Amino acid sequence: MTVTSAAPSAEIRNYTINFGPQHPAAHGVLRLVLELDGEVIVRADPHVGLLHRGTEKLAETRTFLQSVPYMDRLDYMSMMQNEHAYCLAIERLLGIEVPERAQYIRVMFDEITRILNHLLWLGTHALDIGAMTVFLYAFREREDLMDVYEAVTGARVHAAYYRPGGVYRDLPDAMPQYQASKKKNESDLRRLNENRQGSVLDFIEDFSRRFFGYVDEYETLLTDNRIWKQRTVGVGVVDADRAKALGFTGPMLRGSGIVWDMRKMQPYAVYDKLDFEIPIGRTGDSYDRYLVRMEEMRQSNRLIQQCVAWLKSNPGPVISDNHKVAPPSREAMKSNMEELIHHFKLFTEGMHVPEGEVYAAVEHSKGEFGVYMISDGANKPYRLKLRAPGFSHLAGLDEMSRGHMIADVVAIIGTLDIVFGDIDR
Amino acid sequence: MPLTPEVLLDRVNEALGDKVLTSKIAQDQVTIVVPVGDWLEVCATLRDTPALAFDLMIDLCGVDYSAYKEGAWDGKRFAVVLNLLSIKRNHRLRVRAFCADDELPILPSLMEIWPAVNWFEREAFDLFGIVFDGHPDLRRILTDYGFIGHPFRKDFPISGHVEMRYDPELKRVVYQPVSIDPREVTPRIVREDNYGAA
Repeated sequence: MTVTSAAPSAEIRNYTINFGPQHPAAHGVLRLVLELDGEVIVRADPHVGLLHRGTEKLAETRTFLQSVPYMDRLDYMSMMQNEHAYCLAIERLLGIEVPERAQYIRVMFDEITRILNHLLWLGTHALDIGAMTVFLYAFREREDLMDVYEAVTGARVHAAYYRPGGVYRDLPDAMPQYQASKKKNESDLRRLNENRQGSVLDFIEDFSRRFFGYVDEYETLLTDNRIWKQRTVGVGVVDADRAKALGFTGPMLRGSGIVWDMRKMQPYAVYDKLDFEIPIGRTGDSYDRYLVRMEEMRQSNRLIQQCVAWLKSNPGPVISDNHKVAPPSREAMKSNMEELIHHFKLFTEGMHVPEGEVYAAVEHSKGEFGVYMISDGANKPYRLKLRAPGFSHLAGLDEMSRGHMIADVVAIIGTLDIVFGDIDR
Repeated sequence: MPLTPEVLLDRVNEALGDKVLTSKIAQDQVTIVVPVGDWLEVCATLRDTPALAFDLMIDLCGVDYSAYKEGAWDGKRFAVVLNLLSIKRNHRLRVRAFCADDELPILPSLMEIWPAVNWFEREAFDLFGIVFDGHPDLRRILTDYGFIGHPFRKDFPISGHVEMRYDPELKRVVYQPVSIDPREVTPRIVREDNYGAA
């Protein structure tokens, strides 16, 4: 932090202070210009756009399929949920059905992603406020889930797994195992590979059995912790009406006591067939939002268990058989002229989406992530607008931090759960 | 569950009367086009009518229609699209207004109705050059400090006009005209209606 200007007069003591863009508590590239009266915030002016890559403009120059991996790079902590919204938009414009198994796989990975996101939020939020241990605990569990990502998609973060019409491939039958090395001896390997003997679904099932206990561990460290409560209770309070006026969604809205969850109210995929609850807060402060997100992790875990049970007993196709949208199988492509043409057209010219416009949204880890797509009938979108939840939340930072101390700004940035990939797009 | 789109459209028509220029239901979503002169009034009605109660402004964005269908577009160039959500009534609506002047697209700001539009209007101004009259702080938001032009307009090249590099002699970062040639890997093709539909 550097003090850039100080008023010379003895009576007026407003300072302007520059926070970030390379401050570790700024969660990426947030540049915050803070106007201070002593140590109290008078005005907070976030300067965003340092990570602006023009994803929406880039998507106008790529075919529909080529833009799927860009979605991972928006909110790079909730990768698959972004892809889900993008694929939903294309599917609604095309009017195609997604196989049920693909929908269950999508829901399962959306919830795995939600846990991944909330674990990162929890770890960094606690770290900003001074609790180191939670960060280490959270990353221990993230490691397991990222192994699942890797086993299924080949990538630990930028998955590119969803496709318009389904998902790229079915879940593999085996979970990759640790190999012997100089660092790992026989007994280490046995311990590490113990829950990796079966399929990926077995591994996820084992994880979801353990995970309730882990959430309790985090809660033991924080929920009744005096320092944690002193730093979060009554900090960044937003009441229900203000939360709506500021355009908050997701846990930021539920923390203020509004019962709103896209998964329940306007269900997509198979959420209407699954059993889960929506936690809400009461006071709208950082502590309530913390409690909401903790409970959301438990509910996500319940959803994962239900999806695993369904997926184990219901095999089937995982991608649409409409070959104008989804590629044919390799065998069919190599033996059938028509399928070869489909394959060639799909990967050169790309799919054509009928003229029209659609808004598709999902309940993202951070709030409502929406894709507004206009197609003029070409093989590329005419306009793609990505509605990022963090964008509205960060816009509310000014109002939330007024009258608080500098140290509280860090706590408020933490509770906003911002990631610059989706704010700057 | 939300209202059916037909019922919602009836209610919107009832509340707005002849202020709705055209309306459309597609993919179970309702879109209305309203005149730019009634923009503020329409939005206030949508928020305050109890049967509609659009209390959450989800998204506001600019659209540049100049290249639509390879130039087959003959309407106004710039539009502003608003996606609204009613948490109270659980329904959604899309509202569009075309700016009257293609050279200086201007629209009244909705800051008084939904404070959430603040950054969304700044973004539409930054990327499309749409001016929101009455916005208290209409600065650029996503592009660089000192950026020239509005990058999401269709006549702005994907590579931009300037690139940045470190100059070892001046010992600072300098801007210079881009050295990348425009390249299109897959050409843009508009096919006949229903070409790709299932």
